[in-house]
Amino acid sequence: MSIHDEKYAKRIEATFAKYPDKRSAVMPLLYIAQEEYGWVSPEGIEEVAQYCDMDPTQVKSIAGFYTMYSEQPKGKYWLQVCNDLPCALRGADEFHKQLKEYLNVEEGGTTADGMFTVEHVMCLAACDKAPMLQCNFHFVENLDMEKMKAQIEQWRAEAKAEKK
Amino acid sequence: MHILLRGRDISDIYKFDVYTANGGYEGLKKAVSMKPSEVIDLVKASNLRGRGGAGFSAGMKWSFIPQSEPIKYVAVNADESEAGTFKDREILETNPHQLIEGAMICAWAIQATAVYIYLRGEFWDVAHALDERIAEARKAGFVGDNVLGSGWNCNVYTHLGAGAYICGEESALLESLEGKLGQPRVRPPFPAQKGGGLYKEATVVNNVETLTNAPWILVNGPDEYKKIGTEQSSGNKIFCVSGHVNKPGNYELPLGTTFRELLYTHAGGIANGKQIKGILPSGGSGPIMRVNGNDDPILDTKLSYEDMAKAGTILGSASIIVMDETVDMVWVASKAIKFFKHESCGKCTPCREGTFWLDKVVDRILSGKGQESDVDLINNIAKNMSGVTLCALGDFAANPIIHTIKNFPEDFKAHVEKKEVAAEKAAPAKAAPAPRRGKEAAAQAGD
Repeated sequence: MSIHDEKYAKRIEATFAKYPDKRSAVMPLLYIAQEEYGWVSPEGIEEVAQYCDMDPTQVKSIAGFYTMYSEQPKGKYWLQVCNDLPCALRGADEFHKQLKEYLNVEEGGTTADGMFTVEHVMCLAACDKAPMLQCNFHFVENLDMEKMKAQIEQWRAEAKAEKK
Repeated sequence: MHILLRGRDISDIYKFDVYTANGGYEGLKKAVSMKPSEVIDLVKASNLRGRGGAGFSAGMKWSFIPQSEPIKYVAVNADESEAGTFKDREILETNPHQLIEGAMICAWAIQATAVYIYLRGEFWDVAHALDERIAEARKAGFVGDNVLGSGWNCNVYTHLGAGAYICGEESALLESLEGKLGQPRVRPPFPAQKGGGLYKEATVVNNVETLTNAPWILVNGPDEYKKIGTEQSSGNKIFCVSGHVNKPGNYELPLGTTFRELLYTHAGGIANGKQIKGILPSGGSGPIMRVNGNDDPILDTKLSYEDMAKAGTILGSASIIVMDETVDMVWVASKAIKFFKHESCGKCTPCREGTFWLDKVVDRILSGKGQESDVDLINNIAKNMSGVTLCALGDFAANPIIHTIKNFPEDFKAHVEKKEVAAEKAAPAKAAPAPRRGKEAAAQAGD
């Protein structure tokens, strides 16, 4: 495993071509490291640091500052529920609570089978489509628990099909 | 009439061919046929004001850039993160070429070397689609080398943030683009000055909605633009309506439209037959307004920069969060402060510490363990955060708290005296979900 893998070469090259300064590539490359390792692992941090001519400590501080970099492994489906004021006015707190109960996880926890991580997140700019969540950076909107249960079954089926 | 949300009228205008068939890139052609300084004068004359929240004259901002500098940048602020704001996303999804064109008009006016569009990381899908739109514009000669045969080179790039509200603050946005922690800079130098912008070069930072106005202004002229809106607030504005209304969503209307028209004619009225209790007119960060039911004359306030200031609040990014009579305002204060506590970047002590302690004291009151003196304590902490931080986040965090206490003292008093407060928190409004794009959205909005 490495972001030096050939499959990332083109994307990394295109990223560096955007900026006059190598350091600007640190955020895009951290996304690539997260894609490769499933989280921003120590190995990923080292590799990004080498590419950007930075100290690994500096890269780690960037990864820690921004919430979309995961500093620990997450479930296959990382569910981030927005429960800020506008969403909460439309029932997001209750939805968030029921979702955790349904999947039997604590806040920020991952299901025993490693499939789902559930946590709350700050405003995602979809206030008119609440309750909503972000799954692996893709928005799922206008939810209620019935729709959510169907969506969870669909994800489970997709994961099963992938394994085969 | 839609100037910005043209996807409501022409559902596939996000496609390059459809955009150009409907007058797309004519504004840029006109700009490139003019001297850069003439473009700046024209935008100045239109009275286009920044739509990100501050309402500063866009043309004036562009005129601050020293023309003699060889390297200059445009940074487009697409870090839409204010609670209750979801307008830039609709522009980016449904009318992206008009933003690209607007950014290129600004770039021509300041003779920029490159444009960076900074999108919040959560706009992951939006950013990848936008990359394709930029490639189309580049292929057609509107972006890149020798733009429209003018000999001027200017590329457009997207850059994804990674989940930090503070990066919507212009100097933090630039820090983040440079691959650093998104923390505000000490100013001066300002971004428009050499030494203060991106990579220390002079930089214009404009919001998505602001720039999306530019093509229309170039084509139709500043006088036509000034006919829309009020004397001090020209043009249309996208109002993001959320909370307890029947039809939440974006509504593009002339500045100066009243709350009553916005909420009743367009957003379908208040959900579940309830009365309005309060409105946050500028997302989570502006002063909350007290509304004494649906007949309160305050709903006749015009949504313009000047009228909102007169009403003791701000227009900001025009994110209208509506709360009905069931809402406990201490709970609202708690939601607001939790947001800012999470989003404080930690650089300035008053904001970092202030948000932490405000959250603790508000929670204490909310849980029924508060004392009367806690309300004074909150006001004391909040006042000590205002005006003493490098960026406005300190004020933003203090604002909702100070104004909730000022405008809804009875809610705080009830908690302290342990009386029953509106029990039903956050009753889900039974309303039809707003569709994403195109004519379906327009039909539902009735426009």
